[in-house]
Amino acid sequence: MVDMALHASSAEIERAQSRAKVLDRLRLGDIAFRHLTRASAMTVLAILGGVIVSLVIGAWPALQAFGFDFLITERWNPVTEKFGALAPIYGTLVTSFIAMLIAVPVGLLIAVFLTELCPLFLRRPIGIAIELLAGIPSIIYGIWGLFIFAPFLQETLQPFLIGLFGNVPVLSALFAGPPYGIGVLTASLILAIMVLPFITSISRDVFDAVPPVLKEAAYGIGCTTWEVVRYVVLPYARIGVIGGVMLGLGRALGETMAVTFVIGNAHRVSASLIAPGTTISATIANEFTEAVGDLYTSSLIALGLILFVITFIVLAAARYLLLRLEGRVG
Amino acid sequence: MALYDNRRRRNSIAMGLSLAATLFGLGWLVLILGVLLWEGFSGLSLAVFTEMTPPPGSDGGLLNAIVGSLMLTVLAILIGTPIGMLAGTYMAEYGRYDRLTTIVRFINDILLSAPSIVVGLFIYEILVAPIGHFWGGAGAAALAMLVIPVVVRTTEDMLTLVPDTLREAAASIGLPRVLMITRVAYRAARAGLVTGVLLAVARISGETAPLLFTALNNQFWSLDLNAPISSLPVVIFQFALSPYKDWQKLAWTGALIITLSVLALSIVARALATPRRST
Repeated sequence: MVDMALHASSAEIERAQSRAKVLDRLRLGDIAFRHLTRASAMTVLAILGGVIVSLVIGAWPALQAFGFDFLITERWNPVTEKFGALAPIYGTLVTSFIAMLIAVPVGLLIAVFLTELCPLFLRRPIGIAIELLAGIPSIIYGIWGLFIFAPFLQETLQPFLIGLFGNVPVLSALFAGPPYGIGVLTASLILAIMVLPFITSISRDVFDAVPPVLKEAAYGIGCTTWEVVRYVVLPYARIGVIGGVMLGLGRALGETMAVTFVIGNAHRVSASLIAPGTTISATIANEFTEAVGDLYTSSLIALGLILFVITFIVLAAARYLLLRLEGRVG
Repeated sequence: MALYDNRRRRNSIAMGLSLAATLFGLGWLVLILGVLLWEGFSGLSLAVFTEMTPPPGSDGGLLNAIVGSLMLTVLAILIGTPIGMLAGTYMAEYGRYDRLTTIVRFINDILLSAPSIVVGLFIYEILVAPIGHFWGGAGAAALAMLVIPVVVRTTEDMLTLVPDTLREAAASIGLPRVLMITRVAYRAARAGLVTGVLLAVARISGETAPLLFTALNNQFWSLDLNAPISSLPVVIFQFALSPYKDWQKLAWTGALIITLSVLALSIVARALATPRRST
């Protein structure tokens, strides 16, 4: 061996050296690439951290000036620089709640139709069509809501509701005031249309994941389709459905443009659903560029912080539930 | 027999309702697209693509807004795609079973549906307030924040679908991991990776909220990223809420342009992704 190495020509030594060099370079490249990708993965965490830190810093002056009162007072007065977030928080929660009230049953029923009733050749097209609804940018819903939907509601649904419940003691408060067209109810309905596809597509996926054996067994003992859905599919898919619903809720809470167009931007807490109101995101979108003074800007950022905290909790819960589901299925 | 009738009746009511719900859902799609096509096409003309946004009361187009939107979108994709792809690569290749990957996946999924207006506030705080004026680059940065989660998610999903036998074959001929990833895994997942970028473009091309207080708007022709720049969604927002009929008309036309491009993008993305799915 030693002899051979000694007699090796200089060309061979050179070749061995260059090979070592190439290998070194590859190894270094590999390490560099590994760290680069790792750093990028960290960036995702840094974005979240950055959002939280910057919002807290931006919101600090307002939180310091108003303290806990910020959350529970209704006044919003840029002139005297007194701000409270109650009206936007209330509007955000109410619009999202009504939207979910409509979108959850409808979305689940569509999922039932797609998984149990629909002829096979129609399943894909209808599924795609519903998902296209999810892809339409929210500003399109906004402009459509403002020019088409709100005037339509003003002339039909709202006078009808006022007439129907006008003399019923408690319900009349819900539909008090003139039909403006824009307002809390209109915003809620648009939100319902917007979150419908999210709920439908996730519910369809979890319904599809129900083992066919379970359904066949239920059909085998003579269950109707509805009974199979009610007593087999829904209990099995429960966690996934809840996860999907909360994902939709997260969308509804943070939705900005569609709501901004049709909510009316009125800073007050009103029992009436057809009165104009506001939401956190609509307030920020409408007022941020016009906000004069540090306290005004800071109050709007504080609103953003509140919105982020609420949606973060809802979305984290949704993801947790869906993750648990994946663990069971996979 | 009464019991059977009852059950049968209940079943047909429930199934009728689910059919009605589906028609209801599809009805909205038809209604929205129908109105959009009707209102948008009636205002569509060559001038829309060749003239600037007009002052109220005169004719004009959307050229500066369209160009501004294209610039912001391209820039956001250029910033967001590499970061997102590399992060997704780490999650699928190097750290598939890492704790870090689990955490990043969880956080990324939250960012995926986090309110975009909050992202706008974040960019305002770090890129607009310290500098003191609104500028196009900040708008692109805000959009990039929305691109990253989409690309991370699809990159990870698509790379995970690449069969491990390909990786083993690459390793067996002595390729280092970096080459295995860039030369083998990326190529095998190419269609899926392109899909992710297309989905990201579709996601940001209609985004308005994060642009409102980063890129702001500009009524004039401007390609300067260091100044406020016009974009289609913000122009639609401004024009639709104005009292002027011709501005509202332009807003509808802009809405049509955005919707058609988003729908085209999602359909292309879907067509690209389909052969990889087993369903």
